[in-house]
Amino acid sequence: MAAKKSILDHVLVPKCRVLTEQEVEELLKKYGIPKDALPKILADDPVVKELGAKKGDVIEFIRNSPISGKAIYYRVVV
Amino acid sequence: MGMVTRKTIGMIKFGILSPEMIRKMSAVEVKVAETYDDDGFPIEGGLMDPHMGVADPGLRCKTCGQKMNRCPGHFGHIELVRPVIHSEYARYVEYFLNAFCPKCGKPLVSEQEFAEIIAENPPKSRLKALAKKGSSVKNCPHCGAERNAVRLDRPTNFFEGDKRVWPTEIRERLEKIHDTDLERLGFNPRDFRPEWLVVTVLPVPPVTVRPSIVLETGERAEDDLTHKLADIVRINQRLRENIDAGAPQLIVEDLWDLLQYHVTTYFNNETSGAPPARHRSGRILKTIIQRLKGKEGRFRYNLSGKRVNFAGRAVITPDPMLSIDEVGVPDRMANIITVPLHVTEWNLEEAKRYVASKEYPRALYVIRPDGTRLKVTDANREELLEELAPGYTVERQVVDGDIVLFNRQPSLHRMSMFALKVRVLPGKTLRIQPAICPPYNADFDGDEMNIHFLQTKEAQAEARELMVPTKHIISPRYGGPIIALTKDYITALFILTLPWTKFTKEEAMDLLYAAGITELPEPEEDGTISGRAIFSMLLPPDMNLKFPSTLGKHLVSVGLADKKGNGPISPITVIKDGKLVEGVIDKAAVGTGKGKLIDYMVRRYGEGVAKDFMNRVSRLANRLLYMFGFTISYHSLKIPEELDRKIDEIIEKALEKVYEYIKQYEEGRLEPIPGRGVEESLETYIMVTLGQAEKEIQSLLQKYLLETKLDPVHILDNFAQIFSGARGSFANIKNLMGVQGQAAVREKRPHRGFYQRVTSHFKRGDIGPFARGFARSNLRDGLTVNELFFWGMGGRMGEVDKGVSTQITGYYYRRLSNAMMDLLAFPDGTVREVTRDTIVQFAFGDDNLNPQKLRHGEVPLDVLYDEIKAGEKR
Repeated sequence: MAAKKSILDHVLVPKCRVLTEQEVEELLKKYGIPKDALPKILADDPVVKELGAKKGDVIEFIRNSPISGKAIYYRVVV
Repeated sequence: MGMVTRKTIGMIKFGILSPEMIRKMSAVEVKVAETYDDDGFPIEGGLMDPHMGVADPGLRCKTCGQKMNRCPGHFGHIELVRPVIHSEYARYVEYFLNAFCPKCGKPLVSEQEFAEIIAENPPKSRLKALAKKGSSVKNCPHCGAERNAVRLDRPTNFFEGDKRVWPTEIRERLEKIHDTDLERLGFNPRDFRPEWLVVTVLPVPPVTVRPSIVLETGERAEDDLTHKLADIVRINQRLRENIDAGAPQLIVEDLWDLLQYHVTTYFNNETSGAPPARHRSGRILKTIIQRLKGKEGRFRYNLSGKRVNFAGRAVITPDPMLSIDEVGVPDRMANIITVPLHVTEWNLEEAKRYVASKEYPRALYVIRPDGTRLKVTDANREELLEELAPGYTVERQVVDGDIVLFNRQPSLHRMSMFALKVRVLPGKTLRIQPAICPPYNADFDGDEMNIHFLQTKEAQAEARELMVPTKHIISPRYGGPIIALTKDYITALFILTLPWTKFTKEEAMDLLYAAGITELPEPEEDGTISGRAIFSMLLPPDMNLKFPSTLGKHLVSVGLADKKGNGPISPITVIKDGKLVEGVIDKAAVGTGKGKLIDYMVRRYGEGVAKDFMNRVSRLANRLLYMFGFTISYHSLKIPEELDRKIDEIIEKALEKVYEYIKQYEEGRLEPIPGRGVEESLETYIMVTLGQAEKEIQSLLQKYLLETKLDPVHILDNFAQIFSGARGSFANIKNLMGVQGQAAVREKRPHRGFYQRVTSHFKRGDIGPFARGFARSNLRDGLTVNELFFWGMGGRMGEVDKGVSTQITGYYYRRLSNAMMDLLAFPDGTVREVTRDTIVQFAFGDDNLNPQKLRHGEVPLDVLYDEIKAGEKR
């Protein structure tokens, strides 16, 4: 048996990471919004579990976009 | 009037009315099924009791003492002798009956199970979950009472086993349910008690909700709701009399069921299981739910969509002399509709002119600063003129230059509603410049359009800034011109820019003057002026552009020209220093969607230049087409015998191949296409073979036409339209002069009809080309009866598909636009949901680019390059 693979390495899973508290603060300040105005992601989402993110954490996704090459999205764990 | 009460709505609560509440808000109990007495006065205690408000002018409401328009209307009520089930909630009654014990009113599950259900389900589905568990319980776990599952026999009858459970019994059971259990299920017992689902008191809506109509004959016609309420009161009365008289149980139950039926249809006359109640004439009554529901219901018809003033609708017709940002308004429309002119010290003179005038641009009304509105008449004109001062408002007739919104349904994108300038014209139709047809998707075969005359300065300014056609020449949908030249304009420019087109000095002056140009270009050596030189007068003097023309593409595709620019006419159009030097102007230059010239003009020189260009071309082209005859005749469609023979040969060869396939199929030798059956493969082989033959014929004809008709004489045989891409295609030519070809129904050869054959003109089992819709004739020589019939099948399918797909697409669009309507692009590039202020997209379209500024999704770098080269600054 090979070592356990992470779903984060799958080609269809966009690159993602949990933002630090400071980064979150900067992000919210940049857009002038409360945290719950961000798009949401469920806490039981496999990617969230894999990242070990908790409720209230913000995850940054770098998606491949057919239009612009890549697009950055932020989603808050609920 | 003047007594306006303004209040803010703090909260709206939706719920179930309790019998006490219904009695409390009732102004009168309705006991009589009649409406008016013989003298025409409403009967006390009747359905039109004046306590419920008044619908006749002059009468006063007996509850609030006010007249017709001031009284808001008051509810009444009917006391039902026997309760009935509220049909719309019958499902919930069933749930309650199966969830709770009939004896002790406790849930039919143990306390532990009850707690589990509540923990596992959101409030919305708790009752249903409990009822599911409870329906199979035989003995109440709390009091031990025996019970059976209660079954709902739609719409409103309940059975316990074979025994009917009457609403009285149901109500008793529901009453026993404890408030605490209701709370745990997610109900607020102060707002909702299950026994309220059994109707004992029926609210009667105010008279204003169901006004009677007085017919010309003086007869009264009552509203559908009043009719239905009369039925209820009447049966209620009969039921009471029968009970009081001690009638047999059976009779009472029959009447009870009848009462239930009337109440059910009163709420919803489309209840499944209940026959719809009808008017005496046989018309199905519209009761409460029918009033509210669907496209013609209160919500979508009256609340989401309202009718407006200062609007008009008329048939549209073209007018090439209009500018693309103008609309021709019939004078009779302009005579009626007004625009307010707010009088200030600076426009006092102007306002006075309108008031003083007795004819066309005149004032119809004057509004004093206190709001009183006076009609301007011959009698008071002098007085008003004297009185007029800053602060007054003059409502004057619509004049040239007023800004209006002009719209054609279906409004599928923002270009379906433009702000246009008025041109008042004689006639009865609204007129537009044909170049703005594509965004509206309008034509002139009877289309009607709507016009809205903007009343406030704010609206006018907003429309002028955002909605004028010039700002929408490039469509954000695909990043190319959507307001562009079409049909005759393309034909005219094509003829004008053919290398041999020459004019005398007089003709050239005539053409250019039509376009508003008063200078002549340099004449040729022989003193004539070339069409290209005339066209070049319309171009910006420093313009440089190079692109393949539509004609060029046609030439290249049959090998008459190469991509480098060699051919009878250069397939590449070249504009150098504002002069057209090579090629022609056709669809590729000025057409909708791709039109390179217009696209470049808008981006490089601005909308204004493009607009002026199109307006000038419009007038010039009009003039030009008067000069050239332009028509088609039967003889133009004739082709040399040799060519006819060649076409026959191609068809013959293809048919031979088809028969060979059929032979192979019948002998079982046919090699199927991988993944397909033998029959299917045969069909594909036949379609492909015949399709290739048709294509071959098409190219043959295309080559022939481009070789023989691209000359000063034959081009006017309507072929200019096809060559330039203005209208028609070489596929049409193939159908006309070559072969009509294979008819298709659902992308297959027609095969349905008689047993094993489509029509009785063929043998059973004939699967040859002619039995399955191949038309060997062409339109010039005429189709045979069978060929026409086969093509009719395909044509019919096309028409049906068109209707069905517009309907389906329309509904998709409605859902999509309703879902997206409050998304807004913010200045910081984010897309947010306005009502909730949440972010949906962090960069508009992921790239923050405006599709209207792009060319088919790409950044138009050529324009930028040219600008930098010319040393222009942005």
